[in-house]
Amino acid sequence: MEEISNLMHGFAVALTWKNLLFMFVGILLGVLIGVLPGLGGANGVAILLPLTFTMPPTSAIIMLSCIYWGALFGGAITSILFNIPGEPWSVATTFDGYPMAQKGHAGEALTAAFTSSFVGALVAVVLITFLAPLVAKFALKFGPPEYFAIQLLTFCSFIGMGREPPLKTLAAMMLGFALAAVGLDTVTGTLRMTFGTTHLLQGFDFLVAVIGLFGLGEILITMEEGLSFKGKSAKIDPKIVLRTWAKLPKYWVTSLRSCAIGCWMGITPGGATPASFMSYGMARRFSKTGEKFGDGEIEGVVAPETAAHAAGTSALLPMLTLGIPGSPTAAVLLGGLLIWGLQPGPLLFVEQKEFVWGLIASMYLGNIVGLLIVLTTVPWWAAILRIPFSIIAPVIVVICAIGAYTVHNNMFDVVMMLVFGVVGYLFKKLKYPLAPLVLALVLGDMAETAFRQSMLLSNGSMTIFFSNWLVGSIVTLALVILCYPLFTWFTGRLREKERRATEAR
Amino acid sequence: MGEQLFRRAVVAAGVAAGLAVASFPALAAWEPTKPVEFVVPAGTGGGADQMARFVQGVVAKHNLMKQPLIVVNKSGGAGAEGFLEVKNAKGDPHKIIITLSNLFTTPLATGVPFNWKDLTPVAMLALDEFVLWVNSESAYKTAGDYINAVKAGNAGQFKMAGTGSKQEDQIITVALEKVVGKKLTYIPFKGGGDVAVQLVGKHVDSTVNNPIEAVAHWRSGALRPLCVFDGKPMPYPAKVTATQSWQDIPTCKSAGVDVEYTMLRGIFMPPGVSQEQVDFYIDLFKKVRALPEWTKYTEDAAFNTTFMTGKEYVDWVTKAEATHKALMQEAGFLAK
Repeated sequence: MEEISNLMHGFAVALTWKNLLFMFVGILLGVLIGVLPGLGGANGVAILLPLTFTMPPTSAIIMLSCIYWGALFGGAITSILFNIPGEPWSVATTFDGYPMAQKGHAGEALTAAFTSSFVGALVAVVLITFLAPLVAKFALKFGPPEYFAIQLLTFCSFIGMGREPPLKTLAAMMLGFALAAVGLDTVTGTLRMTFGTTHLLQGFDFLVAVIGLFGLGEILITMEEGLSFKGKSAKIDPKIVLRTWAKLPKYWVTSLRSCAIGCWMGITPGGATPASFMSYGMARRFSKTGEKFGDGEIEGVVAPETAAHAAGTSALLPMLTLGIPGSPTAAVLLGGLLIWGLQPGPLLFVEQKEFVWGLIASMYLGNIVGLLIVLTTVPWWAAILRIPFSIIAPVIVVICAIGAYTVHNNMFDVVMMLVFGVVGYLFKKLKYPLAPLVLALVLGDMAETAFRQSMLLSNGSMTIFFSNWLVGSIVTLALVILCYPLFTWFTGRLREKERRATEAR
Repeated sequence: MGEQLFRRAVVAAGVAAGLAVASFPALAAWEPTKPVEFVVPAGTGGGADQMARFVQGVVAKHNLMKQPLIVVNKSGGAGAEGFLEVKNAKGDPHKIIITLSNLFTTPLATGVPFNWKDLTPVAMLALDEFVLWVNSESAYKTAGDYINAVKAGNAGQFKMAGTGSKQEDQIITVALEKVVGKKLTYIPFKGGGDVAVQLVGKHVDSTVNNPIEAVAHWRSGALRPLCVFDGKPMPYPAKVTATQSWQDIPTCKSAGVDVEYTMLRGIFMPPGVSQEQVDFYIDLFKKVRALPEWTKYTEDAAFNTTFMTGKEYVDWVTKAEATHKALMQEAGFLAK
């Protein structure tokens, strides 16, 4: 067990007082970055990167990766409390986390979110520790058709089981695809739907859209419904953490499935955001109480958070072993490695043992420290909901505006965020679902690019999606999942008919 | 106690000011009076972004500037967002921009209204090289082998992956097609790291990755460099793999493929700034280039470290623009 001795050596590297201090500072900064929507892990790490040039590389990466863990934890906080996703991967957390908070269960939702994040990360780190070289080889099998297959699977696992009328879901999704197509088309290098204005060059940023649609839209609805938070009866109770923990073990299947989805998506690299959506979709499909998802099911918080954190953590693996970033934050960390004079790639594990194992050990420690920090803050976060709406609402609007601005340092994004806020309000009023729209907006671009790359490779033949066992089985799985509701609907109708027939007799 | 602290602070400030004056004797003229924005017309993690953040780091570490340098990514519309912002910041000396080839390709391909002549040229920091790579398990040992295989194959049979569309990688591909006389299938990807991994995974046949994007896979034995698209071999004799150095890679011209292309890593400022202000930044980058960190950084990335300012730089950029225009016109990449 060479890995174990390497890991122990890594702990020796990571467990100095100085490194522990960096870890602590990193987590705190990360949580803050995660809480502020728009700032994001990638921006946060990029801003702090130059400050680390004077540190030894191991301390530097420990602090920066801890910012990343912190951001992963922190993203859930505003999603649950105010329906504002602090990070793209916490959008799926709002679906059940926010309804829970409205019912006065904010503390439970937060505890569930943090704990599942931790579990996801832990499983991913164990995977990195023992299977790194093997997994890296697997990631190489992913070309454009495989990427497209993964995106297809995400869509298929998510659509087809909402309670909204299918046509409304379809309309929302198409709108999302249309918005995703605005801006520069990466395959042909030409501008699409910018109508000659330079404002639309960068397209619609996913984060700006969700801050408006979810955060501001919710404020508008609340204002109309009587200027108060529904969750204000929440009691501040430090024991809430223990009580929630007692409930969590019964979701072990969901947790395990979410870990698997998360690790898979992080390595391939699909990223944390699609992982959270796919995991939520799968959980809703396979759960016994699936029809209650969206009303505040704790399982609906566990699934996306576990997957997001597992994906976020395992995304560091392709970065270290192949030099391809599995997430935007990993891309910035990659730049950092080069600047510190380290070369990411297959030889990093051989040549920079101390660095790599120090980092891996810090993943264990960082997540434990992170969990302790965020859990102790749960009662305080939950208490925010007791502040009167008339005070907190303007604060949220300001946070939304700052968040939208920070994404690209662009004033036009703030205007866009306000427009999306109104759209979000209208969607709620007209009972159109928002989730398909944001899913299409975040994945539409990636899916389209991968599809067209595949078509270029195959000269326009669709058979490329069945050209080997890997892509073939993912596509088949996606299609089966897509058609599954039709199947159950059909058998349901058959049974209904039989029942009627027997009744009539 | 308070007074003592105050006095200490005054002394410290005086010493700092004295040091600053001592180290910038020629610069009594102009200095930034507020933080300088360093615009990167590309996303985080790419080559230009890395260089900008490297410069930011060493400037802070060695106190080369009293005001901080802040890197801002403006990647919208293949970098048009960043260039437009600098173009519209007329007379603002607290803004500089680092370029990729999109300085030329973006306005030509998309028709977004800007040109390098709208900006004030400051200095060329380096030129990024391009190398023709194949998978090391393929049968092609030299550029000649590969070119002959392409010539013998069907049109579009060989697949070339590259970064972006109608940008540097595709321009080189088109130039290569012209020399060989056979079409390649060009597949655009978002980043250079992705491109290299696609080749390692054998999803494509070749790439024209920058050295830094593919070096890790070369060292691990997954990729093989065939030739460099420059007039002379790269001047780095230190061994990168067990047997080869950057210098050992022949030029593509010597292999019968007469294609030369390098990518500008240069600095520009908004229009309407004074020569004094430009001189401050020229001097700043001269200091950066003198640092041992810079030497190590350029060696790792195998940059061509040509440094140019003033008329020489303007002439180079003028010529490069003409080359891009000619190549892109021929390829049909110009915006209608």
